[in-house]
Amino acid sequence: MGLAHAALIGFITVASTTSTEQSGLFRHLLPIFEQKTGIQVRVVALGTGQALDMGKRGDADVVFVHARALEEKFVAEGYGVKRFEVMYNDFILVGPKSDPAGIGGSKDIVVALKKILQSRAAFASRGDNSGTHFAELELWKAAGIDIAREKGPWYRDTGSGMGPTLNIASGMNAYALADRGTWLSFKNRGNLAISVEGDKRLFNQYGVILVNKAHVKKELGQRFIDWLISTEGQKAIADYTIDGQQLFFPNAG
Amino acid sequence: MKDIFLDLRLWEIVALSLQVSLSAVVLATALGLPLGAAVAVGRFPGRHALIVLLNALMGLPPVVVGLVVYLLLSRAGPLGELGLLFTPAAMVVAQTVLITPIIAALTRQAIEDAWREYEEQLRSLGASRMSAALTLVWDTRFSLLTAVLAGLGRASAEVGAVMIVGGNIDGVTRVMTTTIALETSKGDLPLALGLGVVLIAMVLVINAAAMVIKEAAQRRYG
Amino acid sequence: MILPLRLEAVSFLDVIKPLSLELAAGPSTIILGANGAGKSVLMRLMHGLLPPSAGTITWSSNGRQAMVFQRPVMLRRSALDNVIYALRVAGVAAAERPAMDALKEVGLAELAHRPARVLSGGEQQRLALARAWALHPEVLFLDEPTASLDPSAAREIENIIRAFDAAGTKIVMATHNLGQARRLADEVIYLHQGRVLERTPVAEFFSKPATAEAAAFIKGELPWA
Repeated sequence: MGLAHAALIGFITVASTTSTEQSGLFRHLLPIFEQKTGIQVRVVALGTGQALDMGKRGDADVVFVHARALEEKFVAEGYGVKRFEVMYNDFILVGPKSDPAGIGGSKDIVVALKKILQSRAAFASRGDNSGTHFAELELWKAAGIDIAREKGPWYRDTGSGMGPTLNIASGMNAYALADRGTWLSFKNRGNLAISVEGDKRLFNQYGVILVNKAHVKKELGQRFIDWLISTEGQKAIADYTIDGQQLFFPNAG
Repeated sequence: MKDIFLDLRLWEIVALSLQVSLSAVVLATALGLPLGAAVAVGRFPGRHALIVLLNALMGLPPVVVGLVVYLLLSRAGPLGELGLLFTPAAMVVAQTVLITPIIAALTRQAIEDAWREYEEQLRSLGASRMSAALTLVWDTRFSLLTAVLAGLGRASAEVGAVMIVGGNIDGVTRVMTTTIALETSKGDLPLALGLGVVLIAMVLVINAAAMVIKEAAQRRYG
Repeated sequence: MILPLRLEAVSFLDVIKPLSLELAAGPSTIILGANGAGKSVLMRLMHGLLPPSAGTITWSSNGRQAMVFQRPVMLRRSALDNVIYALRVAGVAAAERPAMDALKEVGLAELAHRPARVLSGGEQQRLALARAWALHPEVLFLDEPTASLDPSAAREIENIIRAFDAAGTKIVMATHNLGQARRLADEVIYLHQGRVLERTPVAEFFSKPATAEAAAFIKGELPWA
């Protein structure tokens, strides 16, 4: 959009997640791809669950999300052709600088979650079927906590995207699980800071899948996937930084 | 903050918004005006129920319209073949559905009021119902213009319908209202505020124009 | 010749009791009666704006009739265009000339391009008559045409009505203004509570009314309904 490029030969619709889009990755990546191939990529950003539903309905040509179990099920059930790993980023636990749960710089996410439950410190959850939400639920499970039973007024289901959830956490001085990308571009931090990072369990893998329906733009969609996992695409992903920090780590093949 | 108005992106978004809403208003007028006129002068069983329905549909919640149009245009839905979902065309469709009842109901009201005044005279002159309806459409043109502007105001200001059927795609289906929603949720306010200023200015101008036109016409034509 | 007009056993709800009468060409017919006697309803029945509840209303052939109401109803366009509109509806193609002639006839030529609805009450009523004049109707119905006008405007209207009469148009007019009836009528139909009580030449009606109700009406003693 504004760059000189190869003549526009068509467009594809990609269902992806709000956190990925809000990180700014697509604004960085897509013009490069479009300039090279003339294919316009139109990203509809939803929660992971909704993005996969969009794929199931056939309203997208490609899905690009970060919920491995759901993606593999998607392909197994015949909705997708094949899953390719593309990149990973990480989740971080953010929380108020005053640290009401007493996490105090721990590098262990499970320990941190147990402390949040114990102290009933305010926690803002996505609650919206997103990859981040699923990751959060998996982490509670890893901590041995049945969050559906244990949650109380301290646990807030915002039912919103990452940005709004962070807004709410900031406004309420609550802890929240966020992807690093959205956190880096989030401007309304208030009293929030990173509470826990680096735990291997916070690792967030992205996969890209061509949708398996008759009317899908298979050739153009496959070219997008091929580019993402190519050396050039992987380098473009690694080149994306905010304030000098790399957000996504390519790991295709 | 003032620099935001120099950002080309802002004006591209404004241009798309105008394109979508104006297209919807044109279509909604083409559908709603004749419908309203016909109901105003026609006499048929169920007429009163239809009037009540039209008035009720003026309050259609935009998100619900968005949802219904989405289900229709989705590949899994009856009109999926058209491949319209997540394009500006889908947004035009949704907004047209949203504002046609407004234009039809307001037209019906204006023409029925006029019909009450003119009916005897026009029938005395021998005009058929249909020809009388057309005459009244021209005669009440300023009230009808106000109805059209009301539709335009509603279309410009709504976010629910265009968000759902358009997908808020960067550079393709992002309009003023959906951008304001997105940027605000990201905590990124300059663009949101800039668009908010433009949107409010637009709505004020539309409403002021409607009033001024009506008053000027009243003074000139009586 | 669309006249004579025959009404046979015509009634309308409770307002007009079954009546029969015949209107012939020639004499100006004034329908007199108090408010609520049913004059307006009878006029509308004859003109065809209301369907009778019972009975038949028959014209002798097809032809043009026109009606002027108590309050003139003009479209939001110029005076001239209002007359042109009436002609176009009546199927007259080249309407500009006859429309202008009609305006001249009623003395509104200078106001031809003024928006009709900003004209005064008297001017609008003259315009309504011009609109009727342009159609050269065989019958002109008038329902209390001067009731809303001041005396000088009313007099102008009466002059135009006389012009219609002189041109051969049958005048059928409803009024409760006795002086006007005396000035314009050839015959009077006196309507009382939906019934035709008298039908006589004008001079005889005023000098020797046959019924007590008519006599009381003339003396101005009947209460307004």
